[in-house]
Amino acid sequence: MKIRVDPDKCQGHARCYDLARELFDVDDYGQSSVIVDQVPAELEDNARLAIANCPEYAIEIISE
Amino acid sequence: MVDTAPVTDWSTDFDVMDPEYLTDPFSIWDELRQTCPIPHTDRRKSSWMPLRYEDVTAIAHDIEHFSSLKVAVIPGDEDEDPNADFDGPNLEYGLPPISADPPLHTWTRRLLLPWFSHKRVDSYVPLTRELCRSLLDGFADKGHADAAADYAQQIPVRVIARILGVSTDLADTFTGWVRDVLEFADDAERRQRGAEGLLYYFIEQLSYRKENPGDDLLSELLHTEVEGQPVDDGIVLGMAALVLIAGVDTTWSAIGSSLWHLATQAEDRKRLVDEPALMPTAVEELLRAYSPVTMAREVTEDIDYAGCPLKKGDKVLMNFPAANRDPEAFEHPEVVLLDRAHNRHVAFGSGIHRCAGSNLARMELSVALEEWLARVPEFSLADGEEITWAGGQVRGPRLLPVIFP
Ligand code: HEM
Repeated sequence: MKIRVDPDKCQGHARCYDLARELFDVDDYGQSSVIVDQVPAELEDNARLAIANCPEYAIEIISE
Repeated sequence: MVDTAPVTDWSTDFDVMDPEYLTDPFSIWDELRQTCPIPHTDRRKSSWMPLRYEDVTAIAHDIEHFSSLKVAVIPGDEDEDPNADFDGPNLEYGLPPISADPPLHTWTRRLLLPWFSHKRVDSYVPLTRELCRSLLDGFADKGHADAAADYAQQIPVRVIARILGVSTDLADTFTGWVRDVLEFADDAERRQRGAEGLLYYFIEQLSYRKENPGDDLLSELLHTEVEGQPVDDGIVLGMAALVLIAGVDTTWSAIGSSLWHLATQAEDRKRLVDEPALMPTAVEELLRAYSPVTMAREVTEDIDYAGCPLKKGDKVLMNFPAANRDPEAFEHPEVVLLDRAHNRHVAFGSGIHRCAGSNLARMELSVALEEWLARVPEFSLADGEEITWAGGQVRGPRLLPVIFP
């Protein structure tokens, strides 16, 4: 699984970072980004949880 | 004069300060969402109030038609010239970034955000925890307390004062001013007292810090440059006042409502005591179910939105709390589920004005609840004693007497 954060949609709610620090980082301005190339299989549920909690619908699945 | 007659028709003549609405807005929203999801009123000012998640978030993202220049839910004197009879800093900017549209919004927000990043907020945890403990020391042995006035109200104002670099001794004065401008804005005298209190206090603080800079937020705003220019004093003043106003009533209301929930729902209280690992989802769920903050927008040109003929200058009350109770967006929104896994709530807004202090607010709420439950794991409402709720811009309990063994 590959995911990305759309920087134009992300407003820095930081829900993804709070839910899955293994997958996301945030900068000082709240902008979030994905820090792994491939989501490890055991973290796919965490990725889906982050996606389902983003109030801006900013996290996309690039490939399953 | 504001019309305060009891509401008989919520679709065409709603009043967010109606006593019925203050204590139980939830059932009013539920009914309106079925019959009239964007009610209107002419009380105070022609205003519309979207109640569905979809409408609230769509409007929050349409900054071209919905401006943030006037965000007060209770308009007060917002149409008057703030610089009239005043010869200090230029007050026309209001409280940026909250009362600004881009481009002013963009750079003033960027100046604030690093002060509320995760890293910074983590560094405020010890002082917040210590503060909560010392408040609990004051009443934990007494068997009763006012969870709003003695606890919730005391926490955020002191944390914010530390960040701003102003005296925590004035916490009660700050709280009074903030309440005057947010909760009592219908009362011209109180509103003015609060606004002037904040204004003159910060003018004095700014001139002191120009000469005596510290490592606080105020000093940084005064000594920073944006595109080679210092920031206008009026803008610094507005930003400083905003941080105090936005950081106090809001978070205290969230802490108070959460304690009200736990005082009335013994099952949830026991569950959170037994399973402290639930705190992160519990905090999000309490924020969803009891979202404190509604913000306004001003319509920039005549447009139809979802069948409503919005006129230039009308207000739109962005009811984030009602959006968070919309059954189209949340399963069983009326139920508080401390482990709700999917929770896209918008208690901190949506779009470019997303609460700049959301990391701080979340931290304060969870530390305040953790410390309370550690010292006072069993508590309930004090029988027969009055509970009062503030509402309008910010909803939360102001008197919340509780008892414990
Ligand atoms: C539970 C507590 C809080 C809630 C529910 C809350 C809610 C909100 C909401 C809904 C907005 C968006 C306003 C809009 O769309 O017009 C906002 C903006 C803002 N909040 Fe909070 N807030 C809370 C605590 C705080 C704290 C602790 C601070 C500390 C400084 C803060 C600072 C701000 C600022 C500066 C903005 C303006 C952001 C902008 O316009 O870009 N808030 N807040």
